[in-house]
Amino acid sequence: MNAPRLLRDRIDSFPTHNIAGYGVRPGRTGPFGATLVPGGVNFAVYAGNATSVSVVLYKLGDADPTAEIAIPTDFRVGRVWAVTVFGLEYEDLEYGFRVYGPENAGINDRYDPTVVLSDPYAKVLGGREEWGKLPDYDRQYQHRARLAFEDFDWEGDRPLRIPTENLVVYEAHVRGFTRHPSSGVANPGTYAGLVEKIPYLQRLGVNCVELLPVFEFDEFGNSRLNTDTGEMLLNFWGYNTVGFFAPKAGYAATSRFGMQGDEFKNMVKALHAAGIEVMLDVVFNHTAEGNELGPSISFRGLDNQTYYMMTPDGYYFNFSGTGNTVNSNNPITRDFIVSCLRYWAAEYHIDGFRFDLAAVLDRDENGVPLGNPPLIQALAHDPILRDCKLVAEAWDAGGLYQVGSFPNYHRWSEWNGKYRDTLRKFLKGDEGMIGELATRIAGSPDLYKGRGARASINFVTCHDGFTLADMVAYNDKHNEANGENNNDGANDNNSWNHGAEGPTDDPEIVKVRDRQMKNAMLLLMTSRGVPMMLSGDEVGRTQKGNNNAYCQDSELSWFDWSQVETNSGLLEFASNVTAFRLAHPVLRGAHHPNSIDPSDCGHPEVSWHGTRAWQPDWSPGSRVLGIMWCGHHLDVDASPDYVYVVANSHWDAHDVELPTVDPGFVWHLFADTAQDDPGACVLGNEEPLSNPNWYTVSPRSVVALVARPVS
Amino acid sequence: MKSRKRMVGEVAVIALSGGLDSHSAAEIRDKVTGQLADHEHVVVDFSGVTCVSSASIRAMLLIYRQAQALDRTVAVVGLSPEVRNVLSATGFLHFFVVAGSVADAVTAVEAKGVNQFERAASVA
Repeated sequence: MNAPRLLRDRIDSFPTHNIAGYGVRPGRTGPFGATLVPGGVNFAVYAGNATSVSVVLYKLGDADPTAEIAIPTDFRVGRVWAVTVFGLEYEDLEYGFRVYGPENAGINDRYDPTVVLSDPYAKVLGGREEWGKLPDYDRQYQHRARLAFEDFDWEGDRPLRIPTENLVVYEAHVRGFTRHPSSGVANPGTYAGLVEKIPYLQRLGVNCVELLPVFEFDEFGNSRLNTDTGEMLLNFWGYNTVGFFAPKAGYAATSRFGMQGDEFKNMVKALHAAGIEVMLDVVFNHTAEGNELGPSISFRGLDNQTYYMMTPDGYYFNFSGTGNTVNSNNPITRDFIVSCLRYWAAEYHIDGFRFDLAAVLDRDENGVPLGNPPLIQALAHDPILRDCKLVAEAWDAGGLYQVGSFPNYHRWSEWNGKYRDTLRKFLKGDEGMIGELATRIAGSPDLYKGRGARASINFVTCHDGFTLADMVAYNDKHNEANGENNNDGANDNNSWNHGAEGPTDDPEIVKVRDRQMKNAMLLLMTSRGVPMMLSGDEVGRTQKGNNNAYCQDSELSWFDWSQVETNSGLLEFASNVTAFRLAHPVLRGAHHPNSIDPSDCGHPEVSWHGTRAWQPDWSPGSRVLGIMWCGHHLDVDASPDYVYVVANSHWDAHDVELPTVDPGFVWHLFADTAQDDPGACVLGNEEPLSNPNWYTVSPRSVVALVARPVS
Repeated sequence: MKSRKRMVGEVAVIALSGGLDSHSAAEIRDKVTGQLADHEHVVVDFSGVTCVSSASIRAMLLIYRQAQALDRTVAVVGLSPEVRNVLSATGFLHFFVVAGSVADAVTAVEAKGVNQFERAASVA
């Protein structure tokens, strides 16, 4: 048997020049960034109008560079500087770029050769290995690019390809999920820590975890001192990206060894093995470089006017509300974003992406909204991303609100802010909500006609705003702990405290708050569209009325695992209603239901009712809505599947006439939020109603019935 | 970094001592995979190791893959709590048979005769 030809026998595995003591040769222009090649490392960087680019090399741990290799101009192809450097110690290497701009730099160029720039394509970033450890600001070049081996053994892992309409999404913060001392995990606040809680997620019944930003960010960016408490307020949520291709080292237990990539992949592998998809919250609308007052980390020094939207007189457009705005539809920036997402999909097996402030991504270089934004179109059609869910938070901080009108190419889903607003208004008893409630429960066909209900990500709570427990306990936000005089955070919360602001001993208020949380959960789980819940809502997590906890790395936002015991009834309810949704396909239809009878079960797929069957009351004073679903069980040959949900937001009880079903079937009770804990039974244990034709729905409660054969 | 090999029955036991940096990592990888070629069972004793690097952890993975390719079992003894935590957090721990002592490790690899690809049960 012949031994394979060694790669060192290639003609291009040998240097052609010697620069700064290193053998080099003209590099390959792709992929961008640093790539291991036989005998060396290939560096390729796009640098706009730069006249000179050097690769700056550091030995791991050193403050100052080991060498600087000026890339010969002959090695430049177009505007891409590429060099292969031989004889590097890969494991010990940190690298950066020093970029010299032309003498006649434009008003929107920001070349600065005094700064060592990070590589936007860096797969690993050093400098923030330990969360919350005060950086050494004397050290030049804070976020240091490193090499990744990318040799993780996936052992046959493949993306789960769960149809979008079958998802039950759980929005969580990696650190916040297990950092609390009560978590009991070996590595609190880390990717490894999350793995230990997978059994909990399985019991809850969710099948998709949406993680707040995990791309490398600087928790010390914009950090400040809370002058009242003396504590340092860090950027906890991480909507301020430093490195788009690198997982946050400070979220890893193994960052001391530079193994955060492996640890992250192991987390994805373990979640997939448990039947849970992974969706990432990605922040392409702005970067941590901020405006003219912010640091130069990478993009600014490479080609500022390409990567950022700039005004004619040299200022940064600010449609993100954070300082700068990424010029995402510029072809070079667009390629960066597409490459980045392809990398996470292919290398990290990510199942979906949620795009923060996605309306920014619809704008051209001057901020003008585009009808056919090239980036959004490219992502919708990209072959590598074809199985990934694409979810847009379809607004931005510049006044562009596109819920229902985000350019979708029949691929994109949206965070449905209108669902949140409608449910909250209904729950607190606003009048005139019945018509809109029906529209939301049907999957918002007013917004997503032609795109199906799967375009609607339904939610009542998310990281922005109150937790579910606080939504029913506070009329007003209480963000004093953020140190901005309670001026930050949304004011239009559509929340209601039920008679007392914050914690209370009044048993009636406690009871109705509990019921309202269950009302929200039950309605969310029985709506067409994709339900998303906020981590901790299932155990009544509170942020004490803080509706903007972005800087609260503390018990205020950490998941308190003792609540799993103290609020076990609520948790059991949440698990049961999640299981209910997954057991009844008619609740999960991809399309908008209509009044015809596709399942041939003698009833339309959806029908609306009031206190009298078949007579919905759409009038302003009505606060009762009945929704009957008729579909098929999971087993197609089985009998039709009837689900009847009644929502009553009135302060009075109402006797509700139940619609008749097929002979031989009677209504059984699955859930009544007014009943004692848990308020929903385990699947299969539904009891027949004592009165098959009428049900008394308690004040401010939701009831769910299923029809089963008479026993 | 020093390594010392002795035989316990049919099992090759390689005891390491000193620090494992990127240079020594390549050395132990080559040594251990060399032993795998000659002996059916190998135990690597880390008790004398003073500190490790990411390179040495990756070397352990390469050892595992070599063992898998040759249908052999590698047991490890004397992992520090930190190294054990890193292997566990990255999902690599279950590739190895982990034992509390050399004697237990030898017993474990000899018992592996038939099922070479069983995932690790921690023996001690």
